[in-house]
Amino acid sequence: MSSNELERERCVNTDSSSKLRRLELVGITKAYPSVIANQDVNLVVRPGEIHAVLGENGAGKSTLMKIIYGVTKPDSGAILWDNREVSIESPAQARKIGIGMVFQHFSLFDTLTVAENISLALDSVIAPNELTERIEAVSQQYGLPIDPHRLIHSMSVGERQRVEIVRCLLNNPRLLIMDEPTSVLTPQAVLILFETLRRLASEGCSILYISHKLDEIQTLCDKATILRGGRVTGTAIPHQETRESLAQMMIGRSLPECQMVPKVPAETRLRVQQLNLPTVDPFGTSLKNINLAVRSGEIVGIAGISGNGQKELMAALSGEQPMPKGATTTICGVVADRLSPGQRRNLGLRFVPEERLGRGAVPSMSLRLNALLTAGSGDGLVNSGLISYAKVHAFAGDVIAKFNVKCGGDEALASSLSGGNLQKFIVGREISLQPNVMMVAQPTWGVDVGAAQIIRQALIDLRNAGVAVLVVSEELEELFMICDRIAVMADGRLSPAIPASETSVEKVGLWMSGAFDEATVLEVQHA
Amino acid sequence: MSTEQAILILVSIVIAATPLAFAAFGELVTERAGVLNLGVEGMMLLGAVIGFAVAKDSGSLAFGFFCGMLGGMAMALIFAVLTQHLQTNQVATGLALTLFGAGLSAFIGKSYVGMSLTGLAPISIPYLSDIPILGPLLFHYDLVVYGSFGLLIALIWFFKSSRWGLIVRAVGESPTSAHAIGYPVIRIRYLAILFGGAMSGIAGAYLSLAITPMWVEGMTSGRGWIALALVVFATWKPLRVMVGAYLFGGVTVMQFYGQGMGIHVSSQILSMLPYIVTIVVLVLISRNPRTILLNQPMSLGQSFYPRS
Repeated sequence: MSSNELERERCVNTDSSSKLRRLELVGITKAYPSVIANQDVNLVVRPGEIHAVLGENGAGKSTLMKIIYGVTKPDSGAILWDNREVSIESPAQARKIGIGMVFQHFSLFDTLTVAENISLALDSVIAPNELTERIEAVSQQYGLPIDPHRLIHSMSVGERQRVEIVRCLLNNPRLLIMDEPTSVLTPQAVLILFETLRRLASEGCSILYISHKLDEIQTLCDKATILRGGRVTGTAIPHQETRESLAQMMIGRSLPECQMVPKVPAETRLRVQQLNLPTVDPFGTSLKNINLAVRSGEIVGIAGISGNGQKELMAALSGEQPMPKGATTTICGVVADRLSPGQRRNLGLRFVPEERLGRGAVPSMSLRLNALLTAGSGDGLVNSGLISYAKVHAFAGDVIAKFNVKCGGDEALASSLSGGNLQKFIVGREISLQPNVMMVAQPTWGVDVGAAQIIRQALIDLRNAGVAVLVVSEELEELFMICDRIAVMADGRLSPAIPASETSVEKVGLWMSGAFDEATVLEVQHA
Repeated sequence: MSTEQAILILVSIVIAATPLAFAAFGELVTERAGVLNLGVEGMMLLGAVIGFAVAKDSGSLAFGFFCGMLGGMAMALIFAVLTQHLQTNQVATGLALTLFGAGLSAFIGKSYVGMSLTGLAPISIPYLSDIPILGPLLFHYDLVVYGSFGLLIALIWFFKSSRWGLIVRAVGESPTSAHAIGYPVIRIRYLAILFGGAMSGIAGAYLSLAITPMWVEGMTSGRGWIALALVVFATWKPLRVMVGAYLFGGVTVMQFYGQGMGIHVSSQILSMLPYIVTIVVLVLISRNPRTILLNQPMSLGQSFYPRS
């Protein structure tokens, strides 16, 4: 090969590699009144590449995706699409140039059918028959089975995600944005999703994959851009990195670990038997023959995808939903069937609901008053009907300091806090009230890694102090980190709780799709 | 009772039901888009007074109806600006709109009290209206009555088969999702509110130009509220709204005849009947909470702030 040819070869190479940029972000900056969401972000995505955007909650991932999808406009910076600068004014325009997005909290309409939902997101009107055919064709091609005529509210979360993906695919995207797609899936469903994404990528579609889960990114993605506090802290080829080095870039230090020492549980503190609770809410789940016991000094985890009855079970245990006939509940040995939430609290039951604003805290009240609300007369905060504000102030200040809640003091309104900070406050408040039984739903949802660690460690400390702890969580990793026993909730039924050391993510994953039966129950009881 | 008398009663039922159907259809579309406008009564009153005043001064009933419709829309526009742009509470704003409409219509109509005009005449459809019994019963009404049936069919088609109907439902179901896919939520809600105002305006004008061709202060006498109740009890379905409207119309007319025939019940009790019967029957029809939950627009009454 002559030097001339070599020269040409190189030219062609550089030429083609510069052409091979489907999307490029240059110096994107977006500031909100109180926070800079993105600062000078650069990002390059090539055709057929699965590109991870890795970062903690609040690192600015979602804002960046909204900018690409035309929901939000950047303050400055440029977006290049196929090497040409574009200004994306609206999602419709984003779809037109070939960008599709699957949202983290799905943008589906519950009371409409699959076909109606899909037709709403198409920019051209297609006759219903033809649309049905196209939905079936695409869902077959990519192994995403869905029935176009079903109503969304009757579908599981995994099925809804399929609808979202098919909806994007019908627009023939050349870039697909997936925002935390696996947070709602069983481990098995995650594998199927990865297959679909790989197939799409092999056909030339680029994928932007938003996540904070390191192992997923390592198995799936070709490249990663890591964000922290709105800035890019590095780019990497994930499978050439270690978990530690990725975590280092993501949170700025190494991954914290929980300290858990074995402990022999004592007496049963919370017991529920034969709980059958039909739902009247068409979007709810009926509880079927639930049996559960939590002992002093152990953490029992309930795994499962949201919407399988966890909300209903929590409401029944906390006393918000009256116990149906035939079911029995005992709290610390006291029959609690007819007790109201307040009476149950007096027995030492503390409760952190999934919904923070509205259930866990009154949005328009200060943190101080919110602390007082669940503390009740305990801890001397109220003396013969009069509120001791000095004590309430001290109590709330204590929680804020201990759990590192970022807020403008205990006079700040609950609604002014970010989700993660409010969660820290609510969990901290309940923990500080010296529970006998502690129930927590999604303890670290939306909380950054460091704070999640504080919360998990606090729950473990409670257990070590002899409290019975019940944790409902979608994050399997978290449950395996802190639980002594794990039960799985699927379609309103609860599996037996088995020691965490005797099970595995795969087995729990299988159970999450409902694959546990009476045989397993018996087996475990006899074991 | 002779056949003529029976036909007369049935015809007056149709006439009594028509304004109710119009107002409720308008509110149905508004609520399907997720907006609760409690100002129906106020919008109807404005439609009634403006319709009458314009028809009286211009001599044209059609122009009166048109301006009555615009009157209802003007009221709806106030509501839309307040609730959609200034994000005021929909319930409070709707109540204020009703009070405002009552006052404003009384003020505008002051000089028209006691006047009268020739009301909207029925149109006999050639040949068909000559059929005995069925002719006068089905083919001898004014245009607005036929219009209400046209509107019923249009609405059923709109929500069942048209893309725009789907978009309106989607906006009422989840404005956040609709916004995320890229639909202009506020603009769609504006249009739905204006449609509601237009239909209430026509309903009001029908009262003052057809049923009793004159202007009396507060002449809607609670029909706006009944229309609101109809929409909820009919679980946001056009056909059920129509049935409810005819039920109300039926009892209204029957109690008049009851009074006329000298039934010995105090007239106050009789005039209460249509309201009570309509509500009781509709509550019975829709007592399944599941139907309500499945059909109620999920975002009904909630403000929506598009975040950018």
